[in-house]
Amino acid sequence: MTNPNGRFGIHGGQYIPETLMNAVIELEKAYNYYKNDPAFNAELTELFNEYAGRPSRLYYAEKMTNDLGGAKIYLKREDLNHTGAHKINNVLGQALLAKKMGKTRLIAETGAGQHGVATATAAALMGMECVVFMGEEDTVRQALNVYRMRLLGAEVIPVTSGTATLKDAVSEAMREWTSRISDTHYCLGSVMGPHPFPAIVRDFQAVISKEIKEQLLEKQGRLPDAVIACVGGGSNAIGSFYHFIEDKSVRLIGCEAAGRGIDTFETAATVNTGRIGIFHGMKSYFCQDEYGQIAPVYSISAGLDYPGVGPEHAHLYDTGRAEYVAITDDEAVCAFEYLAKTEGIIPAIESAHAVAHAMKLALLWKKNRL
Amino acid sequence: MSNIKKAFANGKAFIAFITCGDPDLNTTAAAVRSACENGADLIELGIPFSDPTAEGTVIQGANIRALAGGITTDKIFDFVRELRKDVKTPMVFMTYANVVFSYGAERFISACRAIEIDGLILPDLPFEEKDEFLPLCRKYGVDLISLIAPTSENRIAMIAKEAEGFLYIVSSLGVTGARSEIKTDIASIVNAIRKNTDIPCAVGFGISTPEQAKKMAAIADGVIVGSAIVKILEEYGKDAPPYIGAYVKSMKDALR
Repeated sequence: MTNPNGRFGIHGGQYIPETLMNAVIELEKAYNYYKNDPAFNAELTELFNEYAGRPSRLYYAEKMTNDLGGAKIYLKREDLNHTGAHKINNVLGQALLAKKMGKTRLIAETGAGQHGVATATAAALMGMECVVFMGEEDTVRQALNVYRMRLLGAEVIPVTSGTATLKDAVSEAMREWTSRISDTHYCLGSVMGPHPFPAIVRDFQAVISKEIKEQLLEKQGRLPDAVIACVGGGSNAIGSFYHFIEDKSVRLIGCEAAGRGIDTFETAATVNTGRIGIFHGMKSYFCQDEYGQIAPVYSISAGLDYPGVGPEHAHLYDTGRAEYVAITDDEAVCAFEYLAKTEGIIPAIESAHAVAHAMKLALLWKKNRL
Repeated sequence: MSNIKKAFANGKAFIAFITCGDPDLNTTAAAVRSACENGADLIELGIPFSDPTAEGTVIQGANIRALAGGITTDKIFDFVRELRKDVKTPMVFMTYANVVFSYGAERFISACRAIEIDGLILPDLPFEEKDEFLPLCRKYGVDLISLIAPTSENRIAMIAKEAEGFLYIVSSLGVTGARSEIKTDIASIVNAIRKNTDIPCAVGFGISTPEQAKKMAAIADGVIVGSAIVKILEEYGKDAPPYIGAYVKSMKDALR
């Protein structure tokens, strides 16, 4: 392969227009420099801790644990970060990197709106211009986040092309980037797109598994039996898995959105129902028809409503290191209500997909596992 | 001489882009014939893709109309096979990497040879990824066309040295679609290319008027027009072919 660094097994790569090639090459060079720069890392850690509120709590869900038969359940509370999700980790990293590269404008796609809000927040903090592309359908189902982005000074552009959801927002952000590159950084929100984005986003999100490992060793003196996370593009999941990949005893389980079921067309479970393809700059698994036309996917959750999955997940699946299960809308809604009533924690509907699987596994495992 | 080179043997080349199946294949056939009769030197046939990330709204619309009409890669192959019985003008496919990859690269590229498609333009396959399809394109004698953009700069020599068929110079930043003005210094891009290869250079993206075509042709070996033609299809639908013929004639006349 011409560019071995951009690959995860056979997945990944840089399938993008020539117009963007120098931009991603420049980004890779800058990232390779700054990721080893102590001053950059110190600045980022300061932002994580003082601005975003890291480290996030690893909460022992005792009532849930007892109710489900004793397998210990811990919840990594990324929802307690500034702006309410894990998205801020990646965005602070990328915004800081963009600023070092002399960029003055951030563009981003968003599904549920969390990544858009995080990008708008970082742009406000760092005095950068911000434009967020959001599927028109998502601007309706996540109207509050549109309001928050605008309040933070960002311009929100509703995308009407295609299915008017996350994939179309990504397409539109890519189109915008090809038209304005010199002052603009595309702050991609997940571990997807062309190299180096999947690696950059993973590295900034890897703080999640780094903290889980430290916190769990302190609380329990051992590694977990399983780490469970929801997967759309897969940024919170790769962040949660990353520092456990070499610990083979730890099962890594990604929960995809099955929508109305993986035997229906109304699903977004890419690994479970998709096929290998090339789209949005990467080779990976995609929901598509026999001619390679990308399928209109469906999930109750705007954040998991994406027809592809990050290339590193595709590779973890190929090698059998991680498992990918499909959780239906109904299961996610049940888990959402259960967690709210049992622990007094209202999760995102995205995360509820992971909670749903944790509940299944806990009932199966009973005691002494975590 | 490769068939694509023939397109540049008749003065400055006019290259017409038409999306297959917009609004149906009969119209596409008539539009292609009309364009060829009126001086088009090369036909770029678009195979629709659900998410064409390099296209502006006009060609996006054509893709949506064609797919909504039930167009598929197999139907397009049958259509070209039929068209080739009387249309001898060089032809290339323009589509996205996944359309080729998902069909099975060898199955797709060998079919191109069988139906006499001379080249392949894939805007999401940059130099770094061309090995995905290049060995198969070589095996079946289909030219894999390279693109050079206003941002290519230090990459021009590398791309030009290995280019086949013709070089597609992207005139402007952004996506396809008419522009009132092309600001890129195309002449210096062409000069940089000329130092590395003598294959023809055609300029596309944003060209719609005879004046623009004339200006670009003074610098390069040909011009590529897509959105302006697709717009005629958008406006006139099945009645578009004679209008396309008249438009192509006005453009080719400007290049003479």
